[in-house]
Amino acid sequence: MSQATSIIESKDLTKRYGNFTAVDKLTLTIREGEIFGLLGPNGAGKTTTILMLLGLTEPTSGMLKVCGYDPLHEAIKVKRTVGYLPERVGFYEDLTARQNLDYTAALNGLSHAEAERKIDEVLDTVGLKPKSDQLLSQFSLGMKQRLGIADVLIKNPKVAIFDEPTSGIDPEGVEQILSIILGMAKRKMSVILSSHQLHHVQRVCSRVGIMAKGHLVAEDSIENLGKATLGEGKFRIEVQAAPITEKVVQAIKHIKGIASVEVIDNVLKIGSESDVRNLIARAIIDNDSLATGMKIEEYNLEKIYLKYVKEQ
Amino acid sequence: MSGLMSVFRKELTDNLSSKRFLILLALIYLAGIATIYVVAQSIRSSVDANTQFIFIRLFTTSGEDLPFSFPFFMSLFIPIVGIALGFDAINSERSSRNLSRLLAQPIYRDAVINGKFLAGLTTITILVVSLVAIVSGMGLRMIGIPPGAEEILRIFGFIFISILYGAFWLALSILFSIVFKRTATSALFTIALWILLFFFMPFIANGIGNAMIPVNENSTLELAAKNDELTRNISRISPSTLYGETVQVLLYPEMGNPSALLMMISIYSSGLIPRPLSLLQSLLITWPQLVSLIALTAICFSVSYILFTREEIRST
Repeated sequence: MSQATSIIESKDLTKRYGNFTAVDKLTLTIREGEIFGLLGPNGAGKTTTILMLLGLTEPTSGMLKVCGYDPLHEAIKVKRTVGYLPERVGFYEDLTARQNLDYTAALNGLSHAEAERKIDEVLDTVGLKPKSDQLLSQFSLGMKQRLGIADVLIKNPKVAIFDEPTSGIDPEGVEQILSIILGMAKRKMSVILSSHQLHHVQRVCSRVGIMAKGHLVAEDSIENLGKATLGEGKFRIEVQAAPITEKVVQAIKHIKGIASVEVIDNVLKIGSESDVRNLIARAIIDNDSLATGMKIEEYNLEKIYLKYVKEQ
Repeated sequence: MSGLMSVFRKELTDNLSSKRFLILLALIYLAGIATIYVVAQSIRSSVDANTQFIFIRLFTTSGEDLPFSFPFFMSLFIPIVGIALGFDAINSERSSRNLSRLLAQPIYRDAVINGKFLAGLTTITILVVSLVAIVSGMGLRMIGIPPGAEEILRIFGFIFISILYGAFWLALSILFSIVFKRTATSALFTIALWILLFFFMPFIANGIGNAMIPVNENSTLELAAKNDELTRNISRISPSTLYGETVQVLLYPEMGNPSALLMMISIYSSGLIPRPLSLLQSLLITWPQLVSLIALTAICFSVSYILFTREEIRST
């Protein structure tokens, strides 16, 4: 794993509301140019964490650095480099898309000419250029969400934080949003994606962090988390065979790409890097046994997520 | 600073182009012009050879068909304008989900509330100045007597105090827009408070005054004066009383002291018709009212300022 420079660092970050601890001793590192998925059930403290990153909420204790700045005392500098798309973002309904972005550009101190150029550019990026002079009240949810991304891109952020950008969006809209996010990472922007749509996260994120009840319970690449929770190998193959002899197990272990073989309750549980069902079947038959059933599944983020969240 | 200016510019544009404001503007212009038209018809009957400030009479005479004068009309409408401009300042940003996006921009949080207040104040200023200008122009044409230098200064004073009065209602309604999360609640609450302070405060003050210092037709003058003073002091809780008194002193130079009863007593006991107060003396008399009005506005604004900048932005 390449050790790129970290852009967000937190240590023992804690936020309490009265007796309730929303975020408990969060230690997190996010690197330059990566897409980081922040996962967790509702009320796990994801949004609170995001608000602290932006300096909108004051941490109770702990250290936090965003692009080298302290969000609490240098909030303006942080907000200049960090773009935030809130969950279910809102715009001024009586203004056009361009006027809405104009306001954001002005708030970011862009000159008029600069703003015009930048607005054209970002509207083009999110595919809303033809709709730029339409009132926001005529925008669909997906268009608003894309405009929200444009709104973040206006300030040329080093870090973009998206809170549930794909919830309630049709599949085509999701496709567009995910490809915009991937494009941002290519341009060396870090993206933090907080979402419940785990298959979307899995498609774009290089690393994920799973939060539960204010704790960060896991933080790693999806691959490593999969290995840690579900065993070796990308595929899980379950084989029912009779009889399961030691010879059969040894033969399967010798197949190329097999990562692990276990026998639990007369079922062979095999981890492998590729789909090798045909080789396994042959190995069983060759060793005078009979395969009575075979199931294969690819590990996915949902399994990893549920495992970590249930443990809490 | 650039953040403040951006918010200010956007809010001012919003204010001036909003339907709400345009309707209000049309109503106020119409009502203002109607008032002054009626006044100009009847002004001749209220003027005699000894009247000193004729032009300013335009603002103080109440017509025969219209029961109220121009300052009364202003004291009725300015709060409505202030409330209309401020009641949804912050909570509409919240309910339209713009607030967290707005606060994630590189501006200080107070820029939002300062910008909104300044934009509202500018809008009120535009409204008051243009209305007084229209009314003065109309009056000039209709009665054909130009205002003297002192009259012009008094009118400027009137404009200033009217804007200040509007600023108070603007600050109060912005405060309620922070306290109440729903725009309907904050609108109803500010209007209720306005009705209480404007229409019921005189009755409440009267009731308390009469309960504490009972007077009847056999009471001494001294007792009646005490009762009057107490009642006035209680009703000065209401900014509309403060506004009314200041305007009275500024626009009725002949009437001097806002305590009308004392005035009457002195007229009757001395048998002299009082000379009009000079502008400086008028200003001196209204100074406490003016300071109270500024203080009330400042209190409302600083409370909203503190509430808004201290407020936690929560996810929900």
